Amino acid sequence: MSSWIRGLNSTAERTVDETLSLNANTNPNPNLNPSLFERVDFVLDTSYDISRPSTTFWQDAWRRLKKNKMAMVGLFILTLISLIAIFGPYLVKHTYSDQNLTLANASPSAEYWLGTDNLGRDLLIRIIYGARISLSIGVVASLINLLIGVIYGGISGYCGGRVDSIMMRIVDVMYCIPMLLWVIMLMVVLGPGLINIFIAIGLTDWLRMARIVRGQILSLKEQEYVMAAQLTGANTWRILSLHLIPNSMGPIIITATLAIPGAIFTEAFLSFIGLGVSAPMASWGVLASEGVANLRSYPFQLFFPAAAISITMLCFNFLGDGLRDALDPRMRK
Amino acid sequence: MSQPQTLLETKNLTKHFVTKRSFLGEPLATVRAVEGVNLTVEKGKTLGLVGETGCGKTTVGRTIVGLYNPTGGEVLLNGENVHATLAGPSAMTIRRKMQMIFQDPYSSLNPRMTVGDIIREPMEIHHLASQAEMKERVWDLLKQVGLNPEHASRFPHEFSGGQRQRVGIARALAVNPEFILCDEPISALDVSIQAQVVNLLEELQAKLGLTYIFIAHDLSMVKHISQRVAVMYLGSVAEIAPSLHLYDNPLHPYTQALLSAIPIADPKLEKSRKRILLEGDIPSPLNPPSGCKFRTRCRKAFDRCAEEIPVLKEVEPGHQVACHLVG
Amino acid sequence: MAERILTVENLKVVFHTYAGMVRGVNDVSFTLDKGEVLGIVGESGCGKSVTASAIMRLIPTPPGEILPGSKILFESQDLATLEEQKMRQIRGNAISMIFQDPMTALNPVLTIGLQLSESIILHQKLSPRAAMEKAIEMLRLVGIPSPEVRVRQYPHQLSGGMRQRVMIAMALSCNPKILFADEPTTALDVTIQAQIIDLMKSLNERLNTSIILISHDLGVVAGLSHRVQVMYAGRIVETAKVHDLYGNPLHPYTWGLMQSIPKVTDGTHRQLQTIGGQPPDLLSPPPGCPFAPRCRFALRICKEELPPLIEINPDHQVRCWLSHELSPVRAVDVFQKEVVNR
Repeated sequence: MSSWIRGLNSTAERTVDETLSLNANTNPNPNLNPSLFERVDFVLDTSYDISRPSTTFWQDAWRRLKKNKMAMVGLFILTLISLIAIFGPYLVKHTYSDQNLTLANASPSAEYWLGTDNLGRDLLIRIIYGARISLSIGVVASLINLLIGVIYGGISGYCGGRVDSIMMRIVDVMYCIPMLLWVIMLMVVLGPGLINIFIAIGLTDWLRMARIVRGQILSLKEQEYVMAAQLTGANTWRILSLHLIPNSMGPIIITATLAIPGAIFTEAFLSFIGLGVSAPMASWGVLASEGVANLRSYPFQLFFPAAAISITMLCFNFLGDGLRDALDPRMRK
Repeated sequence: MSQPQTLLETKNLTKHFVTKRSFLGEPLATVRAVEGVNLTVEKGKTLGLVGETGCGKTTVGRTIVGLYNPTGGEVLLNGENVHATLAGPSAMTIRRKMQMIFQDPYSSLNPRMTVGDIIREPMEIHHLASQAEMKERVWDLLKQVGLNPEHASRFPHEFSGGQRQRVGIARALAVNPEFILCDEPISALDVSIQAQVVNLLEELQAKLGLTYIFIAHDLSMVKHISQRVAVMYLGSVAEIAPSLHLYDNPLHPYTQALLSAIPIADPKLEKSRKRILLEGDIPSPLNPPSGCKFRTRCRKAFDRCAEEIPVLKEVEPGHQVACHLVG
Repeated sequence: MAERILTVENLKVVFHTYAGMVRGVNDVSFTLDKGEVLGIVGESGCGKSVTASAIMRLIPTPPGEILPGSKILFESQDLATLEEQKMRQIRGNAISMIFQDPMTALNPVLTIGLQLSESIILHQKLSPRAAMEKAIEMLRLVGIPSPEVRVRQYPHQLSGGMRQRVMIAMALSCNPKILFADEPTTALDVTIQAQIIDLMKSLNERLNTSIILISHDLGVVAGLSHRVQVMYAGRIVETAKVHDLYGNPLHPYTWGLMQSIPKVTDGTHRQLQTIGGQPPDLLSPPPGCPFAPRCRFALRICKEELPPLIEINPDHQVRCWLSHELSPVRAVDVFQKEVVNR
């Protein structure tokens, strides 16, 4: 035995005579004091039963997420972007609608860090405002998608049988039509505007969520704790909201996180083709669309909003992948 | 001595599962999981239900407590038809009387709920007490099943298998049931823990006057805990007898084989005793053999076994056998 | 004197987890003779399966690690340090293994015959045709009816008992010297279990293969083993010939286990003796004897010093202070008194 292992052992346990020798009986260890061999009253000692620190599922997931460098970088940048989106406008002296036509299309400078657009508006503050709009579209649309998807998938999976067949065929049919076509159709009907974008994206993006939730519920409802609740007389709503959905939270959060960049991208696309938010408000998509017009002469006008979109989407994807590893029960040890 | 009182009774209980349907919903393939099962359980007693995989013991149990609707026959609790009541307005009162303890201590507790919430849930559903009373009751129940009440705020994964099974027992006790179905409650536990749980069940039965159906494939444990044992094979009961009697004098060839197959933790006995080795496997319940279902593996089978289904006959008081060779 | 084929000395396996180092197997030493069936009994997490995986060198590394100083001597080679290349020739050839769940151990998309002949071709350098003939012969050996038909079938077409027979045939196809059986009958029904036990017994007698049988079922072990060792919290606490162990258990844990199982042969209802509490978490085991917190006969020393393995006779060793010569009482007496008191 090498010495470092001996060192390791001595802390956790004290071995008296580890040899498999015949002498154990005839040649007792001289250090042994006969008084140690006194009988003691038996008291069951349970203090060694549970020695691992108590962790909840979420603490456990957070521990795993912290180990994932890419996800943490994503989370850090997203937090930073959100903070800038919230507090940025108070720190920049320009407003998003202030025009300074004499300084139109100015390059980045000390006054205008990211330059100005063709109306002389500060690009930095417009991108910060764009972040507010794009991020809120991503989050709100993803929340609507979550709400619809979880309820639809939950009912479909829990009821099973014929109800499930019909509900899932509807989803299949909707899947056949490209999502962008849906969104464009809805936007044409509803007209442009921030609220309408929330609605349009939220109403079309829930199919994947519904399928994932249904799959989860189908496998979870065979669990014995669900049977126990049914046996006690719990109603469907209680079983869904207390037992099935909390246990599907992992995949739901992953799907919702990965749906955010999709929604931001869809909004950018809508703005690009002129169906997005109306002026003077500007999302990243609108800014990119305006930048394209001046691409030849002022490429920075496209570059900065495009970079904002790309970085945000990348970060959400890193975070989503990290969450998948952290929350997926199959990865749990 | 008071007259033994029947608490639970099944009459000709039958459950079929349709595994395949045609486009129009007509059944194409049916698993005859349970066929014509008659059981009675006396108040305060334990009936053991044993058999191998696919014999229908779990289906019988789940049908009794109302997780499945029977295809035929009925279940009576105190003379009241369980499934008819469950469909009616007083469903909750009968649900309170029947509870269940599950096999898998890992999947029987919701991993996102604390142990205290898990035990409180049945009381909430049945509006049994105020918040403060419930808290006290959870405390009492945890103590009653031998757990530290201070652990009520912990989550199931922090406990070992045996401790989780105790939580499951506390949940079942929360509504003061009269009858508890124990569906293989110890088969997933370690040997030294099995005895703890069985002793706890016996203790609770003595204290609270509970009635159990104890389902297991471990015959020695079933013999230990139950007063009467029913042996099932492919959806039907082969033999019912008082447990000590059944082990001393098994009459059905299947019971004899099953008993001789149990390994005994005694090398001397193990060496000297003769095993009846059954040939082959259990037939599929999708198309069971005609007549006596055991005849394909039975050494003593003769012509009549293939033609006629044997019925349960009482050969001695309390000892019933379904075999053409007997009685 | 039988030929000694395996000697394990001071085997230590640890697992590195986020919470710290878990000692899965702690200083385990034992030997195996040719033709011997050695039973290893213990509860889940006691290290019995880890011991087998360590000898087969199937411990996932990381998080697992066989600590230096461990010796696994087999045919004058130390398996603990043998390079993976050579280990691969031994594994499945000279030492093979059958698992608890035969379904997960068989490839569902290959026929039985193909899977069987594959390992035969790999290790015995036979032609495919000769290997297939050998496969049929092996299936016949383990009692599978009409093996010519079975070799063309897929695992899902076989019942659980049949699959376990196929697993045994596969494990025996290269005439191994040692066969590890890790809970071979736990997933099976009682009547099928009896068939498999019977098969293993007759194979051991006919082929003289040494078997290490790992099980939590004291009944299964009693019927098959020649010698039994009991493990608790990563250590061997008692080892003896099977009759000696069941007839004269000296470790309170062994005794407690035997008391806690009812026997079908019992004439009357007796209250089951239980061992209170749980096995310790191996992340931070108690000082002294790992069983001391649950032991109703514990002496003061038990909570302070780990007992050595004390030799009662050349075949019977026990790791318990009650059997030490300084102990004021004898294990047999305190057990007896406990039974009378109840």
